[in-house]
Amino acid sequence: MASRTPFYILVSLLFLAGTALTLHRHIAFDIPWFPGEQRQTWSIEAKVDFEADGNPVTARLAIPNTQPGFTQLNQQTASPGYGLSFVERESGTYAEWSIREANGDQSLYYKVDMLVDPFAIPDEQTVIPSAKPNVEKEPYATAAQMILERAIERSSSNYTLARELIHEFNNQQQTAELLAQVKPKTAWISQLLQEAGVPARRIHALELEDGRRRQSLIEYIQVFDGEEYDIFNPETGEQGQAENMLLWQYHSGPVLEVIGATNAQVSYSMISQEQPFNIALNQKFADNEWLNFSLYTLPLEEQAIFKGILLIPVGVLIVVLMRILVGIKTSGTFMPVLIAMAFIQTSLLTGLIGFLLIVGVGLMIRSYLSYLNLLLVARISAVIIMVIGMIAIFSIIAYKFGLTEGMKITFFPMIILAWTIERMSILWEEEGAKQVMIQGGGSLLVAILAYMAMNLDWVRHLTFNFMGIQLILMALTLVAGSYTGYRLLELKRFKPLTKLDKS
Amino acid sequence: MSEPAVKMNWFQTMRERYAHPGALSKIGVLGMNRRNVSYISRYNPRHLFPLVDDKLQTKELALEAGVKVPDLIGVISEQHAVKELSHILQRCSSGFCIKPAHGSGGKGIMVITRQSEEGYRKSNGQFATISDLERHVSNILAGLFSLGGRADVAIIEDLIHFDDCFSGFSYEGVPDTRIIVFRGFPVMAMMRLSTADSNGKANLHQGAVGVGLDIGDGHALRAVQFDKPILLHPDTGLNMMTLKVPHWEEVLTLAVSCYEMSGLGYLGTDIVLDRFKGPMLLELNARPGLTIQIANGKGLLPRLRQIESLSHKKRMSVADRVAYAREHFTDHR
Repeated sequence: MASRTPFYILVSLLFLAGTALTLHRHIAFDIPWFPGEQRQTWSIEAKVDFEADGNPVTARLAIPNTQPGFTQLNQQTASPGYGLSFVERESGTYAEWSIREANGDQSLYYKVDMLVDPFAIPDEQTVIPSAKPNVEKEPYATAAQMILERAIERSSSNYTLARELIHEFNNQQQTAELLAQVKPKTAWISQLLQEAGVPARRIHALELEDGRRRQSLIEYIQVFDGEEYDIFNPETGEQGQAENMLLWQYHSGPVLEVIGATNAQVSYSMISQEQPFNIALNQKFADNEWLNFSLYTLPLEEQAIFKGILLIPVGVLIVVLMRILVGIKTSGTFMPVLIAMAFIQTSLLTGLIGFLLIVGVGLMIRSYLSYLNLLLVARISAVIIMVIGMIAIFSIIAYKFGLTEGMKITFFPMIILAWTIERMSILWEEEGAKQVMIQGGGSLLVAILAYMAMNLDWVRHLTFNFMGIQLILMALTLVAGSYTGYRLLELKRFKPLTKLDKS
Repeated sequence: MSEPAVKMNWFQTMRERYAHPGALSKIGVLGMNRRNVSYISRYNPRHLFPLVDDKLQTKELALEAGVKVPDLIGVISEQHAVKELSHILQRCSSGFCIKPAHGSGGKGIMVITRQSEEGYRKSNGQFATISDLERHVSNILAGLFSLGGRADVAIIEDLIHFDDCFSGFSYEGVPDTRIIVFRGFPVMAMMRLSTADSNGKANLHQGAVGVGLDIGDGHALRAVQFDKPILLHPDTGLNMMTLKVPHWEEVLTLAVSCYEMSGLGYLGTDIVLDRFKGPMLLELNARPGLTIQIANGKGLLPRLRQIESLSHKKRMSVADRVAYAREHFTDHR
C-alpha cells in the first residue's frame, strides 16, 4: 500500500496556501469578507473665483493625490471656455486653466473623489524639503532667534522642537505679533525649524466634514525626522494627522496661482458618500497597475467573464459532494454545472420551465427520430438542429405574448441540451421512464443546488475577490476524492443487511 | 406542542430507512467509494480495462488461455458489412445471439433461439425478420448500446444451451453466475435469475432475483428480489433454497483462471453452465457491482481483508486457491 503521507502533505499545503492567500488579501488590501460592505468616499469640490479684465488668464490650482489615508478615485473639472491640463511639477500636481480673454467674475470648478483607505499607496515618495537659507532684517532676526533658542533648550528631538517652537509663539505674544508683521506664523515656524537643521514645511490641509461649504484650507506644519514625518497644528502644537484631514498641498508650493486676473480665491465644499466596496475598488484599481495580482485590473467586460468562470469550481465541488457523499445519479458528470450556469443567466424559475420544455418536447421528437433508424452522429446532429429550432420558436412565442423572460431560453448550451435529450431518450428505451425520472431528477436536483450555491452573493464575492479560495476548493475536492466511507444512499440500500444480522 | 413529535417521527423514519454507518462497517459492507479507491484503482491497472470492456478481446484472450467461451460465429465491424448478416447466419444451424462488443449491463443483447421458415424466434417467443436483425446490428455499430456512444462492433456467437438443472428457476433469459475474484481467490458468488418483472433481463434493479451462493459447495444461501428476501421464485414458485450449482469446482476453477488471464486483481466474472460444454465464461467485469452483498447477506470486506493479509511470497496454484476459498468462505463450518 502506497504511503498516503505525500497526498496529505499536498492537501494541507494547498489548504494552507489558500488560507494564507485569502487572509493576505483580506488584511493587505482591505477586501471585506462579506459583499455589500460600504466604503466611505469624499467628494470635494474646489471653486476658484477671480475677476478678469480682458487679459489672458492662467489659473493654477494645486490638487491632491493619493496619500496615506486617502486614495484618489477620479477627478472632474467644469470650466466652460477654458483650456485645461493637469501638470506635474516639483511642487505637486496642478490643474492649469487658461484662456485668451476673460471678463468679469469667473468661477472654475474642480471636483475630486477620495476614498477613505487605510491601505492607500501614495503615487510618489514624499520629498524631504531642503533647507533654504533666509536672511532676515533686524529686529526680526534677533526676535526669531530668541524664540528658537528657547525652544531648542526645552526640546530633545525634531518633533519636540517643533512643539516647543509653537508653544513659544503662543507664550511670547509680543514677539509673535512683531514677527507676524513680516510673514505669517507658520512661515516663521517652518523657517526656524529649517534653520535649526530640521526639515519642515508649511502644508495646506482640508478638514473633512460632511456637507460643509465654502471652507478654506488650514495651514499645518509638516516636520520630518529622517524618512518619517508628522504634522503639527501651528495654533495648538497638537501633533498628528486627524483622520478627517486631507492634505491638499504638501509639496512646499502655492495652492493657487492666478496670472492676469485679480481677487483670486479658492473655496471648498464637500460631501461624504457611502459606496459599495467593489465600485470603490474598481475605481481604485482602474488606472493603477502596481504589483497587484487582482482581477480588478482587468477591463470590466473581462471581469464579468471571470466572475462566471471562477464560480465553476464551486459548482463542480457541489457535484463531487453530491456524487461521492450522497450518491445521487446524474446524467453526464458535469452537465448539472452547465445547467446551473444557464440558470444563473435566466433566473431559476424561467430556466427550469425552459429546460423542462425543451427536453420534454425534444424527447417526443427524438422518439420519432429513433424510428428512422439513423446513424448516431447524424441523429445527434438532427437533435441539435431540432433544439435550435425549438429555442427559436419558444423565443418568438414568448416575445409575441410579451413574455420577455422567455427570451432568456437562448442562454442554454445547445450541444449539452442535445446530448441530454439523446441520453435520456436511450435511457428511456432501455431502462424505462422510471430511470429517466431518477437520473433526470438527480441531475436537476444537483443543478439547482449548484445554482443556489453559485448564486449566493457571498460565494460570488469570495470566489471573485480571493484567489486563495480556489486552492481551498482544490484541497476539498482532493480530500473528497479519497473518501472511502459510505454514501448516504448506500446506507439505505444496504439497510436489509443490518436487519439480517439481528435475526 | 406537536413540533417535537413531528421531529421524533422524522428521526425514527430516518432510523428505519437508513442504516447507521457504524452498523454497516461492522458487517463489513463494501461501499462504492471504497470499492473505487481501495480496490478497483489499486488492483486493476487502467491499461487492462480495454481487455475486459471489449468482449471480442476478452474472447480472444480466453481462447489463448484455454478458458472455455461460447463459440464465435462471426463479427460485423462495418456498416456496409451488415448485408452479409444472413450469409453469416447460415453457418450456424440453430440458435445464436447478437451482442455489442462494448455493451454494458446486458444492453443490446438479442437472443435468437431458433431459425425457421417463419423467421428468427426471439427468446420471448416473438419472431423477427432478417431486416430487424440487420437494423439491430446497424444500431450496435453506431454505438447505441456502448458506453459514451462510441462506434462499436457486433459479435454473433453460439447460443448457450443452459443446463436443465436451472429450469424452473429462471423465467426466459439465461441464468448466469457472478463470482467476484480477488487476487485470484473467489470471494463471493451469486446467481442472477430473470423474472417476468425483469422482462427476462438479469439486472437486479429491474426485478431479477439474486441468489447468494456458498463458495464452499455452490448451494443457495439466500434469495432477494428488489432487495427483499424471498423463498419462492415469483413466477414458477420453486423453492429457491433447493438451488445448487452443479460442477461447482469447475465453475470456481474457471473463474479463478480468469485472474491469470486478465491480470485484474478485483474482477467480476460472469459464468454460464452449458448443457453440453459445461461452465463457460460469458464476460468479465472490471467494475463489478455491490449488490452481490445483499444477495449473500454479507459484507465483502472481511473476505477481501483476509485475502489481502495473505503473504505475497507464497504463490498458490489455481487449485490451491480454489481449495483455500472453499474451506474459508463457506457457511458449513
